[in-house]
Amino acid sequence: MKYALGPILYYWPNHKIEEFYHLAKASSADIIYLGETVCSKRRNMKAQDWIDLAKQLNQAGKQVAISTMALLEAPSEIRNLKKLIDNGDFIIEANDFSAIEEAHKAKLPFVCGPAINIYNAYALKVLADQGMQRWVMPVELSRDWLQKLSDECTEMGIRERFEIEVFAYGHLPLAYSARCFTAQSEGKSKDNCETCCINYPNGRRVDSQEGQPLFVLNGIQTLSGDCYDLINDQQSMQGLVDIVRISPLGEESIEHLEAFRRRTETSEPFPTPDSVNGYWHQIAGIRQQD
Amino acid sequence: MELLCPAGSLPAVKAAVDHGADAIYIGFKDATNARHFAGLNFEGKKLDKAVDYLKSRQRQLHVAINTFAHPQQHHLWFAAIDRAVEIGADVVILADIALLEYAKQRHPNLTVHLSVQASATNASAIAFYQRNFNVKRVVLPRVLSIHQVKQLSRACPDMELEVFAFGSLCVMAEGRCYLSSYLTGESPNTVGACSPASFVRWQETEQGLESRLNDILIDRYGPNETAGYPTLCKGRFDVDGHRYHALEEPTSLNTLELLPELFSANISAVKIEGRQRSPAYVAQVTQVWREAIDSYQRDPEQYAAKNQWMSQLAKLSEGSQTTLGAYHKAWQ
Repeated sequence: MKYALGPILYYWPNHKIEEFYHLAKASSADIIYLGETVCSKRRNMKAQDWIDLAKQLNQAGKQVAISTMALLEAPSEIRNLKKLIDNGDFIIEANDFSAIEEAHKAKLPFVCGPAINIYNAYALKVLADQGMQRWVMPVELSRDWLQKLSDECTEMGIRERFEIEVFAYGHLPLAYSARCFTAQSEGKSKDNCETCCINYPNGRRVDSQEGQPLFVLNGIQTLSGDCYDLINDQQSMQGLVDIVRISPLGEESIEHLEAFRRRTETSEPFPTPDSVNGYWHQIAGIRQQD
Repeated sequence: MELLCPAGSLPAVKAAVDHGADAIYIGFKDATNARHFAGLNFEGKKLDKAVDYLKSRQRQLHVAINTFAHPQQHHLWFAAIDRAVEIGADVVILADIALLEYAKQRHPNLTVHLSVQASATNASAIAFYQRNFNVKRVVLPRVLSIHQVKQLSRACPDMELEVFAFGSLCVMAEGRCYLSSYLTGESPNTVGACSPASFVRWQETEQGLESRLNDILIDRYGPNETAGYPTLCKGRFDVDGHRYHALEEPTSLNTLELLPELFSANISAVKIEGRQRSPAYVAQVTQVWREAIDSYQRDPEQYAAKNQWMSQLAKLSEGSQTTLGAYHKAWQ
């Protein structure tokens, strides 16, 4: 099993990003994804800054992929996407079909990210034919779904053409909107948001009127209210999943990646009191199955 | 500009046609479409009758096969495309690239529209579907401002664009929302329903009428408030002690005021949402939109959304209010 750090989904100040990747460099992570995937107004890190950071991490022995945005609307966003694709060194993670189209035009391979809707082997074959090297399963799918899909890939003779990665830790990206919910929560409009999401390094939690955590507002993205954690479900990934993704919440997520790696068949279950794992078990994502 | 209306039943087909729809979209009675609700949709004799009614009145039939095929069950989705061809559908509306590929290979002459569930929001994504699957029209997600719709129209001169004109408002980019499966285990992409009715529960309590989805409290209503269906993105929730509609209020999209701009953006079709709605609803909305489009075409300079149309549509809307949604920047 390989372990990956997913892109930071939140808007962190540059010094926090630098500190995080300084630690990531020294971690046992095999693969590091980086880049802005949520909002083009988060501009503290420019395209070139991400590419430079990718080079540093690569020199430290990490496999690096540059993640791209999920919801692209403006021509300027497509121009920025092309800049990232033309980085010259690193594979990109496509989170929208626009990135697949642009990678195809540039004759470059790509990772199909979790924001792209792929639910079956026939869809995977289309993308494998276009240069997909790795597929990150949509977060709402289960082990059972993945098993059937993987078997279908084997029957079609395409299973060996790409790796399979599963989002295994972090708040789950559930939805994207034109509306900025963080700006709205502060009574601001999106046009005058002052990138206020930088004040919420793990987003803003939305609870039901009974105090049950439901969602997390992260700009135009809505995340799961509870943290998803498959640390104790790794045994059921054997032979099925090639890469496990840890989505960073902070520096402590790097320690959690190490805990994932240490958690073997024989070790004690890792305590996960406030986490959920429902999706993997084919029940509501918000539920936890022991 | 085509007026494309929803129908979940034979009476709704008739209501739409009789009140001026140019085209109708329907789904089959299974999980292959995104309005997979009990008592809705078409099969057998009712399907044949719907087709006859449309054909004899020279209206177009679009069939939505816009959920994503489950692994090892692709044959159900492929068969739905074959069935659409057999009944003489003019168009299939698809989202899954597996189905788009199948349609291209097996039915190269079939007209394919890209479903809103595919979430194509920019020129490069549209180019992907055009290059690979020869898609003729793209239904745009309700995340674009009117300015962005116009930009896209200029950037994609060879692609027909269809927009949502009226009906329930998805606040999220369609096809990219797992909120429903997060709370219930069932999502529009996999099961064809959002906030499925089987998970809904209403309860009178001392604190008021509560609406729940899979036991999760979505909203609580005071004695003078009108309760709405617990669509999970339209509930009242708490953010740091502040209780409000944190994602969206109960409201419907209404773009009557934008009609001249949609014409100038060269939009090919306006779509009315609501296959789950009654024939009476379909009749009234279709009639208003027919009048509006005809009125614009008769005299574009003098066009204005009439108060009477607006109030008629408001009465049919969620929470009795309408919005321009993402088309209007301030909403975003």
